[in-house]
Amino acid sequence: MCLAIPAKVKSINGTEAEVEVGGVSRKASIMLTPEAKVGDYVLLHTGYAINVVDEEEAQETLKIFQEIAEAEERESPS
Amino acid sequence: MKFINEFRDAELGKSLIARIRQRSTKPARLMEFCGSHTVSIAKSGLRQLLPPNITMLSGPGCPVCVTANADLDKAIALAELPDVIITTFGDMMKVPASRSSLQRVKAEGRDIRIVYSTLDAIEIARSNPKRPVIFIGVGFETTAPTVAASVLQAQQQGINNYYVLSLHKLCPPVVKALLDSVEVKIDGLICPGHVSAIIGSRPYEFIPRDYGIACVISGFEPLDILQCVDMLVAQVESGQPKVEIAYRRGVKPEGNRIALELMDKVFEVCDGNWRGIGVVPGSGLRLRKEYRRYDAEKNFGIKPGRPLEPKGCICGDVLRAVKTPLDCKLFRKVCNPEHPIGPCMVSSEGTCAAYFQYGEGYGR
Repeated sequence: MCLAIPAKVKSINGTEAEVEVGGVSRKASIMLTPEAKVGDYVLLHTGYAINVVDEEEAQETLKIFQEIAEAEERESPS
Repeated sequence: MKFINEFRDAELGKSLIARIRQRSTKPARLMEFCGSHTVSIAKSGLRQLLPPNITMLSGPGCPVCVTANADLDKAIALAELPDVIITTFGDMMKVPASRSSLQRVKAEGRDIRIVYSTLDAIEIARSNPKRPVIFIGVGFETTAPTVAASVLQAQQQGINNYYVLSLHKLCPPVVKALLDSVEVKIDGLICPGHVSAIIGSRPYEFIPRDYGIACVISGFEPLDILQCVDMLVAQVESGQPKVEIAYRRGVKPEGNRIALELMDKVFEVCDGNWRGIGVVPGSGLRLRKEYRRYDAEKNFGIKPGRPLEPKGCICGDVLRAVKTPLDCKLFRKVCNPEHPIGPCMVSSEGTCAAYFQYGEGYGR
């Protein structure tokens, strides 16, 4: 029930935004995330954006995964 | 980047699993609190890939499942009032209450509508000004701010026929209740990602401090969960439990301040009644006095009767992680998603439904 999916903000009108999820557009409230900008990804939960997805942090996390993969490869070459 | 497929990469997953296998030497009992984590773990088969010294347990993190029959009976009683329109998330429809379910009373002719959002419920109230429209407010800290928002919207727009039955529950107090019961012994907690998007990381700090249990806030894709397990293993191995955020793209330490303020404006903390756990002090939310006119329970005189529990159903024990669905005599026999006896089989995020759907727990 606490499901929230990344949705891309296409346009904003006051506290209402048009967001895109998997190619489908829908309306969403950005009342809880007034900092959201067009082009941002937000976590969409029951029609409300509950947070703006932090792209820098996401890149950082993926970098950590990459480093773990490289370290594992060095330790156990197959 | 779309923030989904990047976190499902099988090769990166393999290296995370290899690292967990290498680093994990001590027995570690890890509990995922959240129902969405339960499903993600089951769906991706992660349980079977982890080393045998790591045990994964499912906690009481499915709001539909933990709603007590006494509260479900209130929803049914409201649905049976004349002229009322009930609006609810779809998960609630099939949940058996003491004597009926929302689905059954709908079949009997009551007006019950599934909504995706409280925004839809408000719209229904606007288009039916002469009829009371009641939203069944079920959900944790993730959902409660959206329901608070709907109450404020009703107030601002002068929608006077909108009501909320607040059955909202708070996560940290029930974790404390579980740990205090000492029924369940855990070494690490996979903290709920989207609850934490709202409340941040601080409300969990008592868990490592007072109970010595590792805490990591996790995202929901398979790589997110593996990263979380890896971080929990590191804490367990070092014997230095703390609260860490693995899901950094979605959670800030301070949470979402605006959502918290909104929630606090409309709701106040009260005791919450949890299935299988009982009444947990300070674990529920009710509408503040100022918003009493939107409170369904206060505005409609309902007498739901004495709650009854289904015979033989062990959902309560499953929710406390003292039993698994495999211990239930009804599981897969009389209780299945088509004919659920208990709520953990109804909700798509229920532990029993996840075990049924993905064959979890077999051969382990």
